[in-house]
Amino acid sequence: MSATIIVGVDGSEAGNRALAYAKRLATLIGSECKLELVCVVEWSPYTFQTPEENSHRKKQKQIETQNAQERVIDPALASLKEEGIAASGVVKFGKASSILNNIAVEHNAEQIVVARSTEQGLSARVFGSVTANLVMSANVPVTVVS
Amino acid sequence: MLKRPYFIFTSFISLLLLTLSSSAQAEESSGGIDAVVNEMFGHATGWFVSLIFAPFPGTSFPWIVLWLVTGASIFTLYFGFLQFRGVGHSIALVKGDYSDPNDAGEVSHFQALATALSGTVGLGNIAGVAVAVSIGGPGATFWMILAGLMGMASKFTECTLGVKYRNEYKDGSVSGGPMYYISKGFKERGIPGGRFLAGLFAVFCILGALGGGNMFQANQAHAQLTQVIGNYPGWITGVVFAALVFIVIVGGIKSIARVTDKIVPFMGILYVGSAIVILIVNADKIGWAFGQIFAGAFTGLGVAGGMVGALIQGFKRAAFSNEAGVGSAAIAHSAVQTNEPVTEGFVSLLEPFIDTVVICTMTALVIIITGQLVQNPETGMYILNEAGTAIKTADGSSGVALTSAAFASAFSWFPILLAIAVILFAFSTMLSWSYYGLKAWTYLFGEGKTAELTFKTLFCVFVIIGAAANLGPVIDFSDAAIFAMAVANIIGLYFLMPIVKKELTSYQKRLKSGEIVKYKDRKKAQKA
Repeated sequence: MSATIIVGVDGSEAGNRALAYAKRLATLIGSECKLELVCVVEWSPYTFQTPEENSHRKKQKQIETQNAQERVIDPALASLKEEGIAASGVVKFGKASSILNNIAVEHNAEQIVVARSTEQGLSARVFGSVTANLVMSANVPVTVVS
Repeated sequence: MLKRPYFIFTSFISLLLLTLSSSAQAEESSGGIDAVVNEMFGHATGWFVSLIFAPFPGTSFPWIVLWLVTGASIFTLYFGFLQFRGVGHSIALVKGDYSDPNDAGEVSHFQALATALSGTVGLGNIAGVAVAVSIGGPGATFWMILAGLMGMASKFTECTLGVKYRNEYKDGSVSGGPMYYISKGFKERGIPGGRFLAGLFAVFCILGALGGGNMFQANQAHAQLTQVIGNYPGWITGVVFAALVFIVIVGGIKSIARVTDKIVPFMGILYVGSAIVILIVNADKIGWAFGQIFAGAFTGLGVAGGMVGALIQGFKRAAFSNEAGVGSAAIAHSAVQTNEPVTEGFVSLLEPFIDTVVICTMTALVIIITGQLVQNPETGMYILNEAGTAIKTADGSSGVALTSAAFASAFSWFPILLAIAVILFAFSTMLSWSYYGLKAWTYLFGEGKTAELTFKTLFCVFVIIGAAANLGPVIDFSDAAIFAMAVANIIGLYFLMPIVKKELTSYQKRLKSGEIVKYKDRKKAQKA
């Protein structure tokens, strides 16, 4: 039986800590374990944009997807491949906590690994951080790496 | 090398500006820059205004108003009153019920609607309504609401076509609008003259962008500023606005546009919220106000032109505010992410409802309820001003100043808030219309930095002219330019509406059969 672990990555130091922890887990579980790296570009369908921004949005999404793929997912996958850990990666747009949970449910994952959020300020206080939202709403166990 | 039409058009505009500036130099000493700009502007655009607003022989009814109403009525009947049947589905689409969150990241239905609304909700709702009720009386509100409800069908038709025939370029950018659906749709149906009509629309769209989308905004923003900080020359406001617009559209400083676009919706909510508070406080007068609206709609209650005068003003200001049938919204909505063009049609029909039926009606009610329009207490008829052109107002104000006075009678601080709102609305509308105008310009003259820079510079020059000129000539030209767009657009819509009908029938069939379902229902079905 294989075990899938969802890992939230974003190229930051915190994301790398989550990845490092997931690597250790994968090594302990063995070859049956697969890591699914998820890089979420925060995006809300309810924001206000100018007509010009809208007309270039498709192009902008392609650029953002490519950047996330090349700068976050590809290097992480390369390092996992070197260590013989099975992994794949995906770039998604939306609310990070929902996307990570949806992918975990879709893959029937064992758990989600994320790093402790570094979000500060009013919005994190009012709406809660990505990590806090994920912990509260996830359908699978969540490991928060400090 | 410059294309021939580009050369002719820029030469015409340069000549117009040269005439304005040389006359300004000659007459500056006698009347000041503002007076000269105003006079010259009136002369330069008078023929165009007369042509667009020419009445039917023997009547005072402008043919263009009937043109818009007929269009909206035909679309309403042709699509079986879809604006009333389809509202629930429209709201579900805006909420994202039918969107797959895994495909997120592109322009959502909500964003397309919000962007289009930021181009329409603004001075038309504040100043335009004040103009309508002061000239056409409270009865104009009735016709305005009716025009808003009918206009929902026009908006549905044009925005469906806007998405269906948009141009999606290899680099991922999107361009759409009447010029594209008229030329491509006519070709597809084998109808001749599509390119000519599309070109005509593009010319009118450029004029509309410079008129209603620019000069009217600058003019009314200046009027509101003088209300708050005292009288000063309009060209100063014009130069400041032009500089800001230039920085954003030419300098590419998007942060200003982003900040504006974040604040504008909140200003809109604040405006509507204040209106609701005034209406609640005066709840006992709401019934009376609606009585005035209904009575005025059919009798005029003493306004110039009677019932027809009220009707013309109501329809004119509704069209100017919600732009249904004008074609501008089709440009804004065309960037949405959807494989079903008709879904954006459904979403877009909410636009005239929010803009006209809700916001414009609130402005009108506040003006009526706060007693800004002077009435003869004995006869109940409204008293006209000395010129006999409009209803006498409590403090003699008109346009945005009248709305400001109405709100100020309840909240003394409101003129300051309204000044900020007007400036932001004006700025955001200008940015939207600079884009619409640019799309029309590049359609005519091709994509290219020189062509784009020429239009953007021209747009900024017209900001100054708009702020310096008086309300009369500016509002006439703005109306004429916006309505001229509807001439070409509605002809196009008549020929292309069978395509929309086909799309709608197919979509509704699949919706009924369960082929198209809400995302959560799809997920449930997959699990089961």
